[in-house]
Amino acid sequence: MAQVEARSVQAKPAQGRTARAKPWNWRPASIWALYAVGFVPAVWYFYLGATGQIAGNAVKEFEHLLGIWALRFLIAALTVTPLRDLAGVNLLRYRRALGLLAFWYVLMHFLTYMVLDQNLNLGTILADIAKRPFITIGMACLVLLIPLAATSNAWSIRRLGPHWQRLHKLSYLIVLGAATHFAMSVKVVTAEPFIYLLIAFVLVGYRALRPRIMRWKKARRLAESAR
Amino acid sequence: AAALKTTPGPFTIDEEPTAKSDVTSYNNFYEFGTGKADPSANSGDFRPEPWTLEVDGLVGKPQKFDLDSLHAFPLEDRTYRMRCVEAWSMVIPWVGFPLAALLDRVEPLGSAKYVAFETVVRPEEMPGQRGLFQPLEWPYVEGLRLDEARHPLTILSVGLYGETLPKQNGAPVRLVVPWKYGFKGIKSIVRMTLVEEEPVTSWSRLAPQEYGFYANVNPEVDHPRWSQASETRVGEGGFFNAARRPTLPFNGYADEVASLYAGMDLRKNY
Repeated sequence: MAQVEARSVQAKPAQGRTARAKPWNWRPASIWALYAVGFVPAVWYFYLGATGQIAGNAVKEFEHLLGIWALRFLIAALTVTPLRDLAGVNLLRYRRALGLLAFWYVLMHFLTYMVLDQNLNLGTILADIAKRPFITIGMACLVLLIPLAATSNAWSIRRLGPHWQRLHKLSYLIVLGAATHFAMSVKVVTAEPFIYLLIAFVLVGYRALRPRIMRWKKARRLAESAR
Repeated sequence: AAALKTTPGPFTIDEEPTAKSDVTSYNNFYEFGTGKADPSANSGDFRPEPWTLEVDGLVGKPQKFDLDSLHAFPLEDRTYRMRCVEAWSMVIPWVGFPLAALLDRVEPLGSAKYVAFETVVRPEEMPGQRGLFQPLEWPYVEGLRLDEARHPLTILSVGLYGETLPKQNGAPVRLVVPWKYGFKGIKSIVRMTLVEEEPVTSWSRLAPQEYGFYANVNPEVDHPRWSQASETRVGEGGFFNAARRPTLPFNGYADEVASLYAGMDLRKNY
């Protein structure tokens, strides 16, 4: 598990080697850097909105920006595994940060809709969620993300054991839901929502093929070492 | 944008006009792209001069109007509310003249019941008309019933804020029908045809369950994907209390136009 790995890596320097050979551990710092960079779009756009620098319907523009970044982080989190399997690039230690960034962006997206856009008009908000399928789907994605975010800590991972893996497979449903929510929200069919839907389908479809791909890779490895 | 000579016109409302920067940088004009900033960013190659607006069909005197002859109509200032179907609104100081004045010149025949409008098609100047994914079929087409077209509120606009129309707002000539959703206000018009049957319109062709021919602003009839009961007035209240205001029937022009639809079921004729 990424989280456990990250933890053990973190623990090492504390063991205290000689003063001379204490290399700076860039890994935890790089994760924090990812959080910092990840929040840049939200902070920057919030600043532009708050200072009146977003033209037109500023609240809607901000809301849409948060939504699209949430989808991008979801996709990034789900790209970690295929990237490791197929390209040998291991970004596992960043996966939790990517997933949590997606969660925070979805939450900000919803809060912007609820507070800045709908002025906390609960009647309208509940009617929207109940009556409008794309909003129902979006809301479902947010609700499903909550247990994933809540169990993203090392304690939960240890505590849940194999259940953790199973629980976090919800992310496949969420990424499909999020891309569908986006595609259903737009007025006309453009390339953009199609590309996100396609990526979501490929990422989830990969999971179905993964056992076979891994078996094949293992067989090839064994064959090579036998030679 | 060049200054236009205008006189104060009727129907001007007593509401603060939306900032010119918002009016000219937050647009739906899919010929230049589907993003709100696309029309102002991508219209650099568009050439609204010279221009010919052709009027034909069931008329006694089919005619072509160039820019000079359009600007020769007595131009009036008309500050109208503009309600987008996406639930935001603006107040725009248009410059234009009643469409009825132009229709009088071409002498519609008794058989003419509708006016069909058509936007220019110039893929080489309009990036939204090029490429793999085309959001709409071109040309963009719109239509009005003849009595709607002749209503004194309906204008052909050639400017805003006292100057000729910016490209992103539909230069050099566009339709403004303030009691209908903004998409009825077809931009950069090259042709108007008087016809007998209800003409096809771009948005109802694309999604008939979401957009009808009439498209009158109506807080009671929701868009399937969002409520039309309220709207965000662009630029009002700022980011933290972007006040939603209730949407008015016929966008607040019910006294002037409700009688056009007497006896019609506006839930069916949305």
